[in-house]
Amino acid sequence: MKNIGVIIELDNGKIKEINFGMITLARAKGRELFGFVINADAAAVKDELESYGITQIVAVSLAPDQQNNPVVRAKSIINCIKEFNICTLLGLSTPAGKDLLPRVAAFLEAPLVMDCFSIDLKQNLARTSRHSGKTIATIKIAGDIVLFGVRPKAVEPLKAWASSQIVQFDGSNIVSEDFRHIKRVVDDKKTEISLAEADVIIAGGRGMKNGDNFSILSKCAEKLNGAVGASRAAVDSRWVPYSMQVGLTGEKVSPRVYIACGISGSIQHLAGMKTSTIIITINSDNNASLMSDCDYFIQADVLEIIPELTRHLENY
Amino acid sequence: MQIYVCVKHVPDSAAIITILQNNRIDENVIFLLNPYDEHAVTEAVKIKISLPGSEVIAVCFGQDDAEKTLRSAMGMGADRGLLVVSDAAQHESIEIARVLKAVIAQDGSPGLIFTGKESIDTHGMQTMFRIGALFNFPVATNVVRLNIEREVAIVDSELSGGAVDTYEMSLPCVIGAGRGLNTPRYPTFPDVVKSKKKVLKKINLEDLDVKTPKSNMSMVQLEPLLQERKPKEIRGDKGEIAREITRILKEEAKVI
Repeated sequence: MKNIGVIIELDNGKIKEINFGMITLARAKGRELFGFVINADAAAVKDELESYGITQIVAVSLAPDQQNNPVVRAKSIINCIKEFNICTLLGLSTPAGKDLLPRVAAFLEAPLVMDCFSIDLKQNLARTSRHSGKTIATIKIAGDIVLFGVRPKAVEPLKAWASSQIVQFDGSNIVSEDFRHIKRVVDDKKTEISLAEADVIIAGGRGMKNGDNFSILSKCAEKLNGAVGASRAAVDSRWVPYSMQVGLTGEKVSPRVYIACGISGSIQHLAGMKTSTIIITINSDNNASLMSDCDYFIQADVLEIIPELTRHLENY
Repeated sequence: MQIYVCVKHVPDSAAIITILQNNRIDENVIFLLNPYDEHAVTEAVKIKISLPGSEVIAVCFGQDDAEKTLRSAMGMGADRGLLVVSDAAQHESIEIARVLKAVIAQDGSPGLIFTGKESIDTHGMQTMFRIGALFNFPVATNVVRLNIEREVAIVDSELSGGAVDTYEMSLPCVIGAGRGLNTPRYPTFPDVVKSKKKVLKKINLEDLDVKTPKSNMSMVQLEPLLQERKPKEIRGDKGEIAREITRILKEEAKVI
């Protein structure tokens, strides 16, 4: 039996939208599709997972004080792989996924391709970006167990209903002696969704002039249920935290719309956002390279345009 | 303490990449120390200073010219370098980890092993975990803060949305350096001169007893990412511009 498994990412008990594209990729004719949910109410998410074709929902329960420990999570997934004869495992290439999938692959010494934007499960072929986004590699992997990390938003979610059953899996005895989770600090000021999940990203660069002006972007992003990003110049100036950086050495994103505000558009920044569907550039400098590598460009002061856009969206 | 830093020799992110025979890049471009590894070297040197008697050893698995990257690491303060020389340009992650594990274990007894959180050429994001698994050491990635206290390492690892997880790891352990861990300490001219006198040991891959992994990963095709966008200008006063952006968001992107 060649079963396929997907690790479902949840947020406060709810399934994040970005999982559905991954599940769409993972479906294969005649093969069982296992969805692993960790410490969540499986019954509450059953309908949603069924609508995308999950046939077995595995409700993994970990000790509450261990559930944020990626080593414990990885070990529970490995136990599931063995228990349910999983030979292909998919997870999301999100910050949490980047700390989980490679752990599973390392413990099993199994091959893994991260950040895939398409996968052919029949031949175990994955397509991913390389060389700072300048090339696309098609990679074939082989082994008893193979793993893929799926780039969020790379695949359009398509519903395909299947009936499913819930299987309980007890992982409450799994501990990690040498790697202990102490605490998680969440910045409460940030209520917006993450860069990886956002359909719209408004990003600021040197043209924002200072850190305070980023609140202009936040206000606009809020209206669009979008996220705020930043260029390396902005994070290096300590205007905003590193976690907001988009680019080669930051987050790599593929939103439907990327609005670049006062960002010149270095090769390194492009590496992080060039797969966006629509790119809108606002810059007072007409010579900024991103002005000629986008879908729409506006030569204007971002500090005037964005507040106007926010006002416009408020009345919309 | 012996502190090992695994470094990778990668094409400059600004280099123009040309693809040959649909499966490899033209290597006639500038190669340098992977940017995340700069943070790793800098942090290792910082720890060495705080723990007298420590030694920082830069380790690389690459072709002969990767010596340049090891010299950069030594210019930034690593005491010596180890280069496992291979003829091939690319290796899969499982093999890379086995080679790095073998050369480190042969050389000494690591108290800490650093890597960058990913490389900017293959973006595999997994070598640190594989090295950790082979040594049976705990691993943290995207580390933005590190404190060594007696027998443990306290690390902050960054998640998205500004969330930070703090972990305590027993030593020895493996650290995947993220941006924000430090500001890389770039070598001065005297550092560069000194680095040329530091010991760099070259080891042939065949001389290490490393088995080729059972599973495998092969490049089927490599192609350039060509994306031709045809920029259209949006003109008008700010009200007209805002209206047009709203139209794009609604009609073209369908996000509102």
